[in-house]
Amino acid sequence: MTKEKPSLTADKTPSIYPAKTKMQVTLIFFVIIGIYLFSMYWTQREMVGGIGGALGNMYVVIEKFFPPNFAVLPAIWEPMAQTIQMAILATTVSAILTVPLALLSAQNVTTFKPLYYLTRTFLNILRTIPDLVLAVLFVGLFGIGLFPGILALIVFSLGILAKLISETIESVDMNPMEAMRASGGNTLQVIWYALVPQVAPQFASLVLYVFEINIRASVVLGLVGAGGIGLILNQQLGFYNYPNAMAIIILIFVVVIVIEFISNKIREALL
Amino acid sequence: MENYSLPPKPKNSLWKKIKTIVITLLVIGLYVWTFTGIDIEWSRVIERALNNFQRVIPKLLSPDWSATSEVALAMLETVFIAFAGSLMAAILAVPIAFLAANNMMGKYLSVIGKWILSAVRAFPDIILAILFVVAVGPNAFAGVLAIAIGSTGMLGKMFSEIIESIDMDIVEAMQANGANRIQILFYAVMPQIIPEFLSYAIYRFEVDIRASSILGIVGAGGIGTMIIFASNNRNWNEMGTILLAIIIVVTIIDFASARIRRKIV
Repeated sequence: MTKEKPSLTADKTPSIYPAKTKMQVTLIFFVIIGIYLFSMYWTQREMVGGIGGALGNMYVVIEKFFPPNFAVLPAIWEPMAQTIQMAILATTVSAILTVPLALLSAQNVTTFKPLYYLTRTFLNILRTIPDLVLAVLFVGLFGIGLFPGILALIVFSLGILAKLISETIESVDMNPMEAMRASGGNTLQVIWYALVPQVAPQFASLVLYVFEINIRASVVLGLVGAGGIGLILNQQLGFYNYPNAMAIIILIFVVVIVIEFISNKIREALL
Repeated sequence: MENYSLPPKPKNSLWKKIKTIVITLLVIGLYVWTFTGIDIEWSRVIERALNNFQRVIPKLLSPDWSATSEVALAMLETVFIAFAGSLMAAILAVPIAFLAANNMMGKYLSVIGKWILSAVRAFPDIILAILFVVAVGPNAFAGVLAIAIGSTGMLGKMFSEIIESIDMDIVEAMQANGANRIQILFYAVMPQIIPEFLSYAIYRFEVDIRASSILGIVGAGGIGTMIIFASNNRNWNEMGTILLAIIIVVTIIDFASARIRRKIV
């Protein structure tokens, strides 16, 4: 070792990666950086004062949010409870509706291919639409209130839940099912005695996971008029009443953390 | 004739029975609370639905093609917001993930890191967007910041789980050979985590496309701005175009991302 160069760039040691891979990686890297810089330019072109001004402004604004006005807590407790109730109801309904959909979109249960592809495609399209867009649509259809919010949550979580559960179904041990079929069980019996016991714990765990997602989604549904605490938050922001808004945001934060903690504990116990 | 009877069922202990009863009561209580709390004015919902179905659904299904260029531009902005946001998050998440992984830093630092990550994750994206819109004004950059911070929570958690699952034997072997921490990082840790990091970052980009398409509802740019205008003006034809754009773009990106991820891992 007489050379001063670090071993990485020493010309004698052959590189681990072929030159072609290196070229490709470098090229991809620069393309990504290029798109990133362009995205940054594009998204900032309407911003007044540039990034420096924004950072200074952020400090001023954050000061406006503090201290949060916790005196509003008693008044916002009821919409918060309603938000949680919306999530519970929506999760329950979608957990029921998901059963046939998940069975139809599991390759090992639905042996009739066209039906399987049809359900899969339907679920894939369902999952592309974000929750708030669904809420906007349903508010347009059913008017402002809780009902469009609950419906949006049901449809939104149905897409996720059915996909996750159908994947669970596809990964089960097929031997009990075959044994049931061989001893003359019909489709329903096979599902009930061979499939349900295998997927039940995962099913419960995934439903709880989707419940967490629904809680997060339901707190913001009110922003588009679909009920819950988001409606109050939107009003307070509209009145530039930032301390009240901050109190609501902190309440949302605490509720989400508590529910997630409980749900995590239950899921750990289940699996 | 042999007697084919089922084996006896395992006996449940008293403790288990009490537990089942308590849980059942709790669940029933939760549902009673839910159903008494939710009160939907069914008559109004049905009346509205009957009035609106004729007006809304046919229009949604016949998209307004004259708005295509405007919608395409807004969708492009949405993709830019998601891209810039996920890339920022992917970079920000790495140091926090190392902090939160319990096999890298000490046990106490890891707990702090995990707390930071779950605190960040508790904020819905839209709430972050509201805060940033107030801070930097109603433009797409507020959306970028909201996506960046929101995704950092999730990516940080995923990354730290990946780091925790690496093969520590290699790290030990390098330590035994006298490698310093930087060398261990580059030759023992990084090769193991990079493919999965990339895979999760790309997956997060998929999620962020969906998230950024609604940020405009609170003024943070992208196609959400058009959604809120279209719904306020009851312009359901345009809404049809927007929905179509979201479905197409999200499907393409999901597909592309799935292919890239399969190649990487």
